[in-house]
Amino acid sequence: MSEVQEKVSNVIKAKEVDPKFKYKMSKMHGAEKVMLCFQCGTCTADCPIARFSEFYRPRRIARMVQFGLKDRLLSDKALWLCSNCFTCVDHCPQNVEIAGIVRVLRNLTVKENKVIPLVYTVLASNLLKGGYVYEIREMHHKKRAGLGLPPLPKPNLEDIEKIFQITGSSNLLKGVETFEKVES
Amino acid sequence: MSETKYLLFLGCVIPYRLSSYEISTRKVLAKLGVDVVEMPEFNCCGYPMDSVNHDLMLTLAARNLCVAEKQGLEILALCNGCFCSLNETNKMLKEDKELREKINGYLKEINMEFKGTTEVKHLVHVLAEDVRFEKIKNAVKRPLTNLYVAQHSGCHLVRPTKFVEHGDDPENPKMLKDLIKLTGAECVDYQDEARCCGNPIIGVNEEVPFEMAREKLDHMRVAKAEAMITVCPFCHLMFDLNQPRIEKTFNEKFEMPVLHYPQLLGLAMGFSPEELALNTLRVKPVKLLEKLRTN
Repeated sequence: MSEVQEKVSNVIKAKEVDPKFKYKMSKMHGAEKVMLCFQCGTCTADCPIARFSEFYRPRRIARMVQFGLKDRLLSDKALWLCSNCFTCVDHCPQNVEIAGIVRVLRNLTVKENKVIPLVYTVLASNLLKGGYVYEIREMHHKKRAGLGLPPLPKPNLEDIEKIFQITGSSNLLKGVETFEKVES
Repeated sequence: MSETKYLLFLGCVIPYRLSSYEISTRKVLAKLGVDVVEMPEFNCCGYPMDSVNHDLMLTLAARNLCVAEKQGLEILALCNGCFCSLNETNKMLKEDKELREKINGYLKEINMEFKGTTEVKHLVHVLAEDVRFEKIKNAVKRPLTNLYVAQHSGCHLVRPTKFVEHGDDPENPKMLKDLIKLTGAECVDYQDEARCCGNPIIGVNEEVPFEMAREKLDHMRVAKAEAMITVCPFCHLMFDLNQPRIEKTFNEKFEMPVLHYPQLLGLAMGFSPEELALNTLRVKPVKLLEKLRTN
């Protein structure tokens, strides 16, 4: 693709814009204050990830939500680079809680069956099978006993399965398309 | 509620691969007269699931909180991630009636109800606020004088500020520093102490966390730290387990031992390195132990 073509494809087209998106986002737990962002850029300036990544820019994410660029946001893999350190949440002069917005966008990606990182499906399937997000095997139990540590309690797998069902999390385990790595 | 009796919440990472943190914690707490009760039927704190489904995280966390409420005890978390999700969920459900009703709707399906009668504390809070400095100081039998270490509190012990009401400064965390000083060791200041370890995104990208951890290790080295002290299994894995790979990636040598705080405190209380599982660390604290022997 030539440089000119590349620039043209980045132009926002009217049909891409979902004007109601910012209102929908404002109703989601954690993203209520997205409209208050006045683009000062404190979040990006203080973000430890943005320091080393070319693509992860929290201020840009807030602006794209305000513009209604839902599809672009949900297909942007950089969304998965936030490390949840909450520095942006603590530093935002408008109390926007950028990390909460990123989390809501990630949740929406899952809900709309877009492509998500493989690691989350692995963790979810471990959790459902054993109660922990990592697979605690027989050797772990034996090792604990050898070290004189008390046995781990038996997890209530029925409860966990039920929680997956009632919170609508079952789509994490089947049919979801995944990718392994995010470019930084 | 007894002030020195807690339900121990181990989480997932510690039983999976960091017994050293659990072993040293149990040793130190027993000697300080803190009772830990094994938490029955606990499950993942919910934190790793927040990115994919917020309600799933809240309900998993709330289920653990209900277990604690039934026991009539406060939760003692060793992991910053567990502390974060359990504490946040506890605070949010106590304050936000609408959210509480929604989550209680889910919990009803498993015959549980969140009532809001428990508290969640991190090991650091239990030591600094409940056991208190005086008692810890009195338990120190072999002060680690002449030892220079750097603290890494990690993010979720201090942030987001609105949910962590323990008066620590998220820009310059002091609670762990004060606890370190009780052991007789010097806690050095270094650049960007409050910055994240990077581990939460290692499942999708290694380059950025490696850069972040390398930079922190470098700042600690500049400040002449002989060891790094952590209070979170994720942070510990990032700096200890991954250190050889970080060194290889950037062609640098740090050889920075990373100790869990209860290991450092345990040494000062007179436990042997073996009793505190120091031999299981990836970066062997050979020089550090040699120094303590000749002190």
